[in-house]
Amino acid sequence: MKKLLLLGDEAIAQGALDAGISGAYGYPGTPSTEIVEYIQRNKEAIEKDIHRTWSANEKTALEETLGMSYAGKRVIVTMKHVGLNVAADPYMNSALTGANGGVIVAVADDPSMHSSQNEQDSRYYAKFALMPAFEPSDQQEAYEMPFLAFDISEKYHLPVMMRVTTRLSHSRAGVDRREILKENEKHLPENPNQFMLLPAFARKKFKHLLAIQDDLVKESENSPFNKYTDGKDRSLGIIACGLAFNYLMENYEEGKCPYPVLKISQYPIPRKQVEKIISECDEILVLEEGMPLVEEMLTGFLGNKKIKGRMDGSLPRDGELNPQIVRKALKLPELPSLEIPQIVAGRPPALCVGCPHADTYKALKVLINKYGQGHVFSDIGCYTLGFLPPYQAINTCVDMGASISMAVGAADAGLFPAIATIGDSTFGHSGMTPLLDAVISKANIVVLILDNEITAMTGMQESQVNGRIENICIGVGVEKEHIHVINPLPRNHEDNVKIIQEEINYNGVSVIIPRRPCIHVHGKKKK
Amino acid sequence: MKKDIILAGVGGQGILSIATIIGYAAIESGLNLKQAEVHGMSQRGGDVQSHLRISDKEIFSDLIPHGGADLILSVEPMEALRYMPYLAENGWFITNTTPFVNIPDYPDTNKLMDEIKSIKNNVAINADQIAKDLGSSRSMNMVMLGAASLFLDIPYDKLEEGIKFIFGRKGEKVVESNLKAMKAGKDFAEKNKT
Repeated sequence: MKKLLLLGDEAIAQGALDAGISGAYGYPGTPSTEIVEYIQRNKEAIEKDIHRTWSANEKTALEETLGMSYAGKRVIVTMKHVGLNVAADPYMNSALTGANGGVIVAVADDPSMHSSQNEQDSRYYAKFALMPAFEPSDQQEAYEMPFLAFDISEKYHLPVMMRVTTRLSHSRAGVDRREILKENEKHLPENPNQFMLLPAFARKKFKHLLAIQDDLVKESENSPFNKYTDGKDRSLGIIACGLAFNYLMENYEEGKCPYPVLKISQYPIPRKQVEKIISECDEILVLEEGMPLVEEMLTGFLGNKKIKGRMDGSLPRDGELNPQIVRKALKLPELPSLEIPQIVAGRPPALCVGCPHADTYKALKVLINKYGQGHVFSDIGCYTLGFLPPYQAINTCVDMGASISMAVGAADAGLFPAIATIGDSTFGHSGMTPLLDAVISKANIVVLILDNEITAMTGMQESQVNGRIENICIGVGVEKEHIHVINPLPRNHEDNVKIIQEEINYNGVSVIIPRRPCIHVHGKKKK
Repeated sequence: MKKDIILAGVGGQGILSIATIIGYAAIESGLNLKQAEVHGMSQRGGDVQSHLRISDKEIFSDLIPHGGADLILSVEPMEALRYMPYLAENGWFITNTTPFVNIPDYPDTNKLMDEIKSIKNNVAINADQIAKDLGSSRSMNMVMLGAASLFLDIPYDKLEEGIKFIFGRKGEKVVESNLKAMKAGKDFAEKNKT
């Protein structure tokens, strides 16, 4: 069969499909979005009617995943690293309930924060939950891992994590396909109490989870994805995790590294091979994308001068790796290269010409000029770019939904006016519950729900609240006469300013919905 | 055979179409390929780049190392310069000369051109103008692909097949105008290699 040219994300999706999933759940988030998107437009997935619609947020997605696993089917759930924070409650508990049908929790981390609020390493979550994790080094492994991951998940009745990072998520390469597996038959868990976490059951389940850890280590020791390659020069041994393995090999002609190399792509870390490389080599260099998880475990609290990596300064403590950073850590001479000419100016992202958010911010700006800076709490999406000139309209961006909750807290502290700007999709993700708080505490806030009828920043996914926003606000308890829909167009500027001013004057919860489709919506929706 | 190419531009200028066509041609020629893209926030009018690696041997890193690029191919002059650290000693620097100005502190264009002309192996093309003269201003990126085609070590007809593959569903006319644009870029580069 001809090779498929796939992004790392797409390779995971194709692997999961071929390994017999019945559903894919998730919430869009860079760099994870393309996993579910691929399944949504895949012909075979459509023919088999694999579940593939977006969920309201990562928590509901992971819970829906557990439901599908409960019913005996294989299922994948996808999110970006901060999405796993949102889903952390069901994630941690799923290590105790375990899985019936196999479960893969696919998490895409974004070291260097190309499109994120922080950088975290999801392998820590896997370790925290005592769950196995898979970390592909290339697109072919990203495709093949779901087969083994589902087998292990079903063998141990335990969800497993697949962790990727930006560069693999968004890099394309040729992938060979394997034989396609059938979907599981629907079947309930053999133990009817499997998903019942009353304390008496949960205690037993936790002991069981602890008891199988040695077996999981053996799985890693025998994994085809963890490879030990001997080398003649034992002055150094290298442990390279996931994608970091490629940056190592890049620095040697045809990948011929003179040192022993342990490639780790399946966790918990394989004890036998780690013992071997540490006992045989004088020094150990640990290369890992993200945070120094393996390095920290090997170094221990009291330190071990033999272990080099991000903690001793051999590699930078933050940010993603690349070939030249790894080259330096290997003490190889730098390749000759030039500097960026001084004439080059920065080109940050910006709201598109004609963007509806721009007109909303222009209207809001009139009132900011009146009341002064420091009153506008914002959220995650394209509209976060309203922080930059010429708008300079917002003051905060923390996590999904925090615009409304922070406005509530600030209003409680006496800040007036307290204004929130939140996108439609973000509102559906995590904005409804803080709006309920606002109604209950009668907070004096104005919430602008910037409705461009799409999840724009991540590339035009359906918004779950499309067509439902007013009814949701009414249902939560916002008074009808304080819910306004406005059209953010230059010709409506004066009217829009007036409406925002009136609602600032109202002592209570107001919702204003500036509604105009994203300028990219039409072209995209036709496809 | 190994070609490491940095594709550069501003979000929305069409560098991913160039990457897709070269990628298609490379796979059809039986070569290995890795191509790293930028998705997410930067696509909103920010600087974007793609690392495109083609080889008949195994390719390891998804990213091209500093000092390793055989080619910088940019659809915007300032963006081309942003990736200078990637250019190999004997690498080629091929750029469109039409600035895309969406920032207040965009540099003086004469100084920008002086900087570009000082690079050893450069091809500077007013690809916007060439595309406009052909009556298809949207195929500026194909003019650039045509200029780069001299340095790719991929048969030209495979690139033509790539264009047919990508634009085929948009109809015969679109395919033709893109093929013409690529040819014009190739002709220009043949005459103006410095």
